[in-house]
Amino acid sequence: MSERPVLAVEDLTMHYSIKAGAVRAVDGVTFSIERGQALGLVGESGSGKSSIAMTLLRLLPDNAQILRGKILLDGVDIVPLSEERMREYRWNRISMIFQAAMNSLNPVYKVGEQIIEALEAHLESAREESIERVRRLYDVVNLDPGLIVRYPHEYSGGMRQRAIIAMALACEPDLIIADEPTTALDVIVQDHILREMRSIQAELDMSMIYISHDMAVIAEVSDVVGVMYAGKIVELGGTADVFHSPIHPYTRSLMSAFPSVTGKKRELGTLTGEPPNLLDPPEGCRFHPRCPYATDVCSNQEPPKVRRGNHWAACWNPQGE
Amino acid sequence: MTLDIAKLVPSLDSRILLKVEGLRKYYRATANRFRRNRGLIHAVDGIDFEVAKDESLGLVGESGCGKTTTGKLLVRLIDPTAGRILLNPGQQQPTDIATLKGKPLKAFRRKVQIIFQDPYESMNPRRTIFDTVAEPLKVQKMGGTLEHLDRVSHMLELVGLTPPSTFLFRYPHELSGGQRQRVAIARALIVEPAFVVADEPTSMLDVSIRTGVMRLMEELAARLGIGYLYITHDLAVARYVCDRIAVMYLGKIVEVGETEELLQRPKHPYTQALLSAVPVPDPTFTRPPVRIKGGVSVPVDPPDQCRFYSRCPLADDFCRDNPHPPLEDKGAGQLAACYKA
Ligand SMILES: Nc1ncnc2c1ncn2[C@@H]1O[C@H](COP(=O)(O)OP(=O)(O)OP(=O)(O)O)[C@@H](O)[C@H]1O
Ligand SMILES: Nc1ncnc2c1ncn2[C@@H]1O[C@H](COP(=O)(O)OP(=O)(O)OP(=O)(O)O)[C@@H](O)[C@H]1O
Ligand code: SF4
Ligand SMILES: [Mg+2]
Ligand SMILES: [Mg+2]
Repeated sequence: MSERPVLAVEDLTMHYSIKAGAVRAVDGVTFSIERGQALGLVGESGSGKSSIAMTLLRLLPDNAQILRGKILLDGVDIVPLSEERMREYRWNRISMIFQAAMNSLNPVYKVGEQIIEALEAHLESAREESIERVRRLYDVVNLDPGLIVRYPHEYSGGMRQRAIIAMALACEPDLIIADEPTTALDVIVQDHILREMRSIQAELDMSMIYISHDMAVIAEVSDVVGVMYAGKIVELGGTADVFHSPIHPYTRSLMSAFPSVTGKKRELGTLTGEPPNLLDPPEGCRFHPRCPYATDVCSNQEPPKVRRGNHWAACWNPQGE
Repeated sequence: MTLDIAKLVPSLDSRILLKVEGLRKYYRATANRFRRNRGLIHAVDGIDFEVAKDESLGLVGESGCGKTTTGKLLVRLIDPTAGRILLNPGQQQPTDIATLKGKPLKAFRRKVQIIFQDPYESMNPRRTIFDTVAEPLKVQKMGGTLEHLDRVSHMLELVGLTPPSTFLFRYPHELSGGQRQRVAIARALIVEPAFVVADEPTSMLDVSIRTGVMRLMEELAARLGIGYLYITHDLAVARYVCDRIAVMYLGKIVEVGETEELLQRPKHPYTQALLSAVPVPDPTFTRPPVRIKGGVSVPVDPPDQCRFYSRCPLADDFCRDNPHPPLEDKGAGQLAACYKA
C-alpha cells in the first residue's frame, strides 16, 4: 500500500491524574486508517474508547496528559501542535460526534442557528447557502426541517442526537470520529443514518472511526475492527476475520455475550470477575484475571502480538486456527 | 349509566401494579417560518396499558414517538393532558397518579424512580458519586452517613463499579459514559422502589456489564416485586429483559404482546419494519432494505387516520378514509392496531 494513511497513531499513551493516582486510559495504542476506510472500535465500558477519540482531537481535560506517542494526520504529528494550529484541524479535518452529545447543544439558541454558526465559522459560506445546506443535512438525518428553528428542549433525545450528527457532517471533514452516534436512536433511523453516512463517506472518500459497544452495528459499518480492553487495543483486523475467527479470548467472550433478536434465544455469556482498575491494572496481560484460558505466563509477562495475515491479537494463548 | 367492573370486583387482579387509561400529553407547537399554524404536538395520544408486579414491560418505537414523555407522566414529572394512571388498581381505593397533589404526590414520588435516558441530566456535576447515589436515601431520611456509605458501596459493586472505594469520591466527569449510566442505575435502585421507569438504561453499556445489570434488575424485580417500564431502542436487549413489549408510533401504541411472540411473529407493519432494521452481528450478511416509506413523522395535529398511513407499505384507501385503527386481538393475546394485519 503506497498511499499514506489518513491517520497513523503510534504508541499513543494518555493518562488522567486524579487524587488516587494515574488512570491509565490509553496505553501504547497503535493503529492506522486508510482514506475512505471505517475503523470500528469496540470494548468494555471504561476501556478508553472515548479517551482515544478525545486525544485525537486534542480536546482533553486539564488533568489529562499525553505521555508518549504520535498522532500523524496526513503525515503531520499533531501532538506537539499549539492550540491555535490545532484549531485549523479540528472540525475542518477531523470532526467528532460526541458520546451523549445530546446535551452539548446550547439550550438558549435555536438548533439550526448553532449548525449555521458552525458552518459559517469554518467555511465562510453565505447565509442563504448555509440555510440550504442545513435543510439538506436535516434530510440526511431524517429530521423535519420545521425543527431547524426550534430550541433543543423541544427536541426528543434522539432528535438532538441527529442534529449533532448533522453538525459534524456539515464541514465535510477528512476524518470523522463517531462516538456511539446512534445509541440513542431507534433502529429504523439508525439504519437510515448508517446507510447515508456510508454513502457520504464513499462520496467524499472520508475516513471514519466508529465507536460502539453494539457488535452488530460494528459488523455492519466497519472495514476494520479494533477491540479494546483496559486502555489497550488487544485485537485488530478485518471485520470478517475478527467476527468469524477471533483470536483473543476477550473478543470471544464479547461475541458470546451479545444478544440477538434473530435465531434461538440462547443463554448469554457473562464475563466473570471485576472490570480492571485502570489506576492499578493487572500485570502481564490485563485480561488475565478474567480469562478462561489464562496460564502462568499471562500473569507476569506482557503478551506478544500474534499475527495471522493482516489480523493480530495480543495474547499468550491465541484461539482458533 | 355504565358500571365500572373494576370497582365492583376490587380483587379483580391484585397482581396489576399500574393501569394506564386514555393517557394523553399535548404540547403547543411554536409557529415558525417552516410551520405557520401553531397546532398541538400529540406527544402521547391516548394510550392504555398495564404493568404487573415484578413484570417488565418494554416500550419501543421511533425516536420522538413519545416514550420518554410516557415515562415522565408515569412518575408525574409532568402532568398529563388527559387520562388516568391507577396505582394498585386491584385495591379498594386505587390511587390515580394523574391527579395527585401535595403530600400524597410526595409520598408517591418515593415509591417510583426514573433512570434517565441521558445520565448527565440526573447528575449534579459538582457532587461526588457517593453523594449522587446516596441522595435518595438522604431525601427519605433513611439511615446515617455510615450506613449510606455501606449501602452505596454495595450498590456500586452490584452495578460493576469496582472496587467501590475508587469510585465513591470521583465526580461525574471523571467517569466514562457507561460508568455514569451505572451510577444512575445504582441511584434509582438503592431505595428499592415499587416501580421504575428505565429510559434506555443500558444503551451505553458494553455487553459484559449489560448482562450483569439486566440480571440485577430482574433479580430485584423478582425479590421486591418491582414493576419496570423499560424504554429501549434495542430489541435484542428487550428480548432478554422484557416479559411483554409495547410498540409505539407517533403517540399511539400500535402493537403489544408477549416478547417472543411479538419478536418472532410481528403483526403490525411498523413492528415488522422495526425488526428488519435491527443490525445483524455478521459482517458477511447484507441486510435487505427496510420496508417503510421514507419521510419524517410529525406529531403536530395528526389527521384522524392511521398514524402510520403515510409511511406504511400496506396502506390502501380504506386506511386513508378511516380513523386510526383500534388495538385488537390478532391471536395469541397479541394486540395490534392495523386494518391489514
Ligand atoms: N476526566 C477524567 N479524569 C479521570 N478519569 C477519567 C476521566 N475521563 C475518563 N476517565 C477514566 O478513564 C477510563 C476510560 O474512559 P473512557 O471514557 O475513555 O471509556 P470508554 O471506553 O469510552 O467507555 P464507555 O463505553 O463507557 O463510554 C475510565 O476508567 C474512566 O473512568
Ligand atoms: N417540552 C416539550 N415541548 C414541546 N415538545 C416536546 C416537549 N417534550 C417532548 N416534545 C415532543 O414530543 C414528542 C415526543 O417526545 P419524547 O421525548 O417523548 O420522545 P421519545 O420517544 O422519548 O424519543 P427518543 O427515543 O428520541 O428519546 C417529540 O415530538 C418531541 O419533540
Ligand atoms: S392500518 Fe393500514 S396504514 Fe395503518 S399500519 Fe395497517 S396497513 Fe398500514
Ligand atoms: Mg465512551
Ligand atoms: Mg426519549
